[in-house]
Amino acid sequence: MGTTETRSENSSRLDRRLLLERLSSYWLVGAGLFAVALFGLIVLTLVQRSLPVVAEHSLLEMVTSANWDPAADEFGFLPAIVGTIYVTALSMAMGTPIALLAAIYIAEYAEGRTKVLISSFIDLLAAIPSVIFGLVGLIVVVPFVGDYLAPAVGAHSIGLGIVTVSLVMAIIVTPFMISLSVESLEALPDELRESSLGVGATKWETIRTVLLRAAGPGIFSAILLGFGRVFGATIVPAMLIGGQTAIPESPFDAGQTLPTLIVNDFGELMSIPLTQSALILVGLMLLVIVWLFNFGAMLVRRRLQRRWQY
Amino acid sequence: MTDDTAIRTDDLEVTYTGNRDVTALDGVSVAFDENKLTAIIGPSGCGKSTLLKSLNRLHEIQPNAEIDGEVYLGDEAIYDTDEPLPEIRRRVGYVPQTPTALPLSIYNNVAYGAKIHGDYSRAELDDLVERYLRKVNLWDEVKDRLEDPGAELSTGQIQRLCLARSLAVEPEVLLCDEVTSALDPISAEQVEETLENLKEEYTIVMVTHSMDQAKRLADDVIFLYLGELVEASDTRSFFENPQHERTREFVKGHTAVDYDDEPSEEAATDEPPVASR
Repeated sequence: MGTTETRSENSSRLDRRLLLERLSSYWLVGAGLFAVALFGLIVLTLVQRSLPVVAEHSLLEMVTSANWDPAADEFGFLPAIVGTIYVTALSMAMGTPIALLAAIYIAEYAEGRTKVLISSFIDLLAAIPSVIFGLVGLIVVVPFVGDYLAPAVGAHSIGLGIVTVSLVMAIIVTPFMISLSVESLEALPDELRESSLGVGATKWETIRTVLLRAAGPGIFSAILLGFGRVFGATIVPAMLIGGQTAIPESPFDAGQTLPTLIVNDFGELMSIPLTQSALILVGLMLLVIVWLFNFGAMLVRRRLQRRWQY
Repeated sequence: MTDDTAIRTDDLEVTYTGNRDVTALDGVSVAFDENKLTAIIGPSGCGKSTLLKSLNRLHEIQPNAEIDGEVYLGDEAIYDTDEPLPEIRRRVGYVPQTPTALPLSIYNNVAYGAKIHGDYSRAELDDLVERYLRKVNLWDEVKDRLEDPGAELSTGQIQRLCLARSLAVEPEVLLCDEVTSALDPISAEQVEETLENLKEEYTIVMVTHSMDQAKRLADDVIFLYLGELVEASDTRSFFENPQHERTREFVKGHTAVDYDDEPSEEAATDEPPVASR
């Protein structure tokens, strides 16, 4: 009798467990689908809301026109596009080499307390909200660029402008790229180092030929994440770029980027027809470019992973 | 020390500092003979790998390793010396336990060290790559795919690639850290065959967990226990007639088949196999 009871108890217990198992798989599928749906919803909204302006003006015309004057029904994105390219290229050109060297130093050369101290400061820097960098940029970098850097290279600058934004953005993304690159280097097995040093390579030869390749895909991803952050940066450019709508003639000029175009004009110019639609189109463009970039990056990363596998 | 000593340690002491200092080697003096294969055996954590790596100062990549004593390569001290460290490591090659392909092509995995140390023409390099791949019996398997990534080979092939890479810089001594332990039996056998052929030309020091492998391959055996050298002798007397109780226990516990294939009385007792631990 006792055993029968236990058995039926056991079987009802099993039923409950199996039911829970089925339910949990539904629930998890649901959660996954929700993410996909959200994604679709965002794209759909952006596409649908940007249609009005595309119906009036051709996309090519807007992308190549330098004239942004919603009141006159002129929607030229070129200045913002040029500004975005400028800022992204300059920030990455300044930040990437420093990030790479710092990462190599921390991962391969720094030891003991120095290493702990430096890497915790880097992590601390990476955690500071961008708006604080924007404030410090206003107080420190703006006068530096306006009074010293620009005159030193024979340019004129009011302090606000593309170079200023690029400097501050480089400072923001560098710690971020350093952290991720250090992780990639430190994840490499010691056998790689031993194998290379064991045939008489120096430390630097080991780093250059072996470790940077082996960690290459990870470092590449770190740089790309940095790129994505600069490309989509909004608050720092909005504070420091000096908002003007013409195509910048020099990097010391004020300008705008695609995100600053959206934040600066979204509230103010809503009453003018098609402005909202044009700005949503800008958002869609940002999204598509970031996707294309990520997609290309994935292909490159795959190639690197095969070529430099260890 | 005899005239045919290739490399020897003198009262070598290695400590890993930390919250609790760990003495990995405690005053080890041992000589490795030229053109012989010496196996280092002992229980896990007894300092086998540390001894091996201290022979070309590779343990120094652990920042907390401290060393006392000296290692002599021929007559030359390798710690108290003006000779640059990379040159010492070229002369004493190292093959790690995990088969490790560098993130380079098969060709460049072999040519890696040679390219660093010498100015070779492409033809000379081609020649060198072929010569050393043949030496480790890998040439026929890879000659049509030299530009493929080294890591795409099987683990057994990679281990032979590592041997070729180490040999290509013409070391005097070759250090092998349990080079077959990560391999399947067939690959392990191929690597053993390669080592068997190499020991005629090179001084090889090999850490191994396998008594049987030591018996098959080694000319000499040294036994470490808790960082101390317990016994060092030629392979036959080591297994047939060990001088120390600890060696006897260890060998008995780790040997599947008795050395002269006679059933051993002691092996039948109920004693746990690794009583010495």
